[in-house]
Amino acid sequence: MIEKFNDKQHKVKVGLAEMLKGGVIMDVVNPEQAKIAEESGAAAVMALERVPSDIRAEGGVARMADPDIIEEIKRSVTIPVMAKCRIGHFAEARVLESLEIDFIDESEVLTPADNKYHVDKWYFKVPFVCGCRNLGEALRRISEGAAMIRTKGEAGTGDVSEAVKHLREVNGAIKALTSMREDELYGVAKDLRVPVELVQFVAKEGKLPVPNFAAGGVATPADAALCMLLGAEAVFVGSGIFKSSDPVKRGKAIVTAVTNYEDFAAIAEASRGLGDAMKGIQVQTMAPEDMLQTR
Amino acid sequence: MNQFQTLSVGILALQGDFDRHQYQVNLTGAKPVLVRRADHLNDIDALIIPGGESTTMSILLDRFNMRTPVKRFAESHAVWGTCAGMIMLAMDIKDNLSGVEPLKLMDIDVIRNDYGRQVYSFDEQVEANLDGDIVTLQAAFIRAPKVARVGPSVNTLAVFHDSPVLLTQEKLMASSFHTELDDNTRLLEFFLESFVLKG
Repeated sequence: MIEKFNDKQHKVKVGLAEMLKGGVIMDVVNPEQAKIAEESGAAAVMALERVPSDIRAEGGVARMADPDIIEEIKRSVTIPVMAKCRIGHFAEARVLESLEIDFIDESEVLTPADNKYHVDKWYFKVPFVCGCRNLGEALRRISEGAAMIRTKGEAGTGDVSEAVKHLREVNGAIKALTSMREDELYGVAKDLRVPVELVQFVAKEGKLPVPNFAAGGVATPADAALCMLLGAEAVFVGSGIFKSSDPVKRGKAIVTAVTNYEDFAAIAEASRGLGDAMKGIQVQTMAPEDMLQTR
Repeated sequence: MNQFQTLSVGILALQGDFDRHQYQVNLTGAKPVLVRRADHLNDIDALIIPGGESTTMSILLDRFNMRTPVKRFAESHAVWGTCAGMIMLAMDIKDNLSGVEPLKLMDIDVIRNDYGRQVYSFDEQVEANLDGDIVTLQAAFIRAPKVARVGPSVNTLAVFHDSPVLLTQEKLMASSFHTELDDNTRLLEFFLESFVLKG
């Protein structure tokens, strides 16, 4: 288990995740949006056919994007380009790898292809990011080879409360591990269904072995700063930018807030006159079957 | 008393791999300082410009009015740029892609991502000549840039597959690869010894 973490391939995968820290990764659906994202200071873009709020509104099965869209977006920017595959759909993942995408998001935003298994990510050259709601999910994805973890939040809602919940869950559980007795860690590993070596690593280091980012419902500069203050190391923004009234201004403002997440005067300045945020949906009013995070 | 203990080493933390550099600076005994505003440059002895996205760094240097202060800092202090940091130190970028205005500090030209996209990233050993010591460095090349031109005042300390990958010019050092992802601080110590303590 821990042997695999010393693998050179894994090192450069986690290395790219390290390079994205302190940055904003923005969902884009065409080259024009990708350009706007890059110019606003995004550290990477996520190439999609539809942003999560549209996937939610339109319903139906959501799948990997058309390679043409991905290629066009790749050609339009120099920053890394990510794309999503369905949970467990290792054929979509291989297709994305053949397109030389820089990072794959095995994402609950798309309709899962496999309700039991995730992609075995160790055997890919391309790094993967996976969503989680708690430490158990995070460590299971890491044990499958994920090079980056992000919270699931509740994508496409513009309501940050679920991302906050997941960040607190993960980081609170990590903190609890650091004060446990050695013998208790075996029980935790059993309960979380993960290798004990991984639990021992987290208990000793007080952090995950891969970067830990936030995602799901970020809509304002202050939302992004809140995620950073709660321990996220970078922020994904899905519908929040291009479903707002002024994506250029909002994109810049969110980037500024992530870099200066402890400088509230700077966040205040960046938050002025942004126009309307995405309208959004309150998660508490949603039916359980409409939640993407339970996938 | 550790020789580096009195040093404050700034790490440009607008975006990128500042976390791992902070970790390594701590290992040497020096004090890391994350630099996010121009006034953070006032109390540091040297600056590391980390890997990350050069496009993002270039945009944020301008947005936060830090370009001129960083250039002025480099006139009298040691600066080490790794990967995207090397791109930022360069005079010119020769890849016909837009987005980055380099700091024009070191007399080199670079081509971004010239080793290819992420699926071509790799981790290999590189032999470097550090002041006469031949040292093997574990080097991670992640969407790394290549050096297309080396000016006459620039020294090449390491070459990998015919490309210069570690270069110095007065108090500036540039590497196209990462050594901060491991615990081995040899290259950081060389930088601090040669350009900060002796400089």
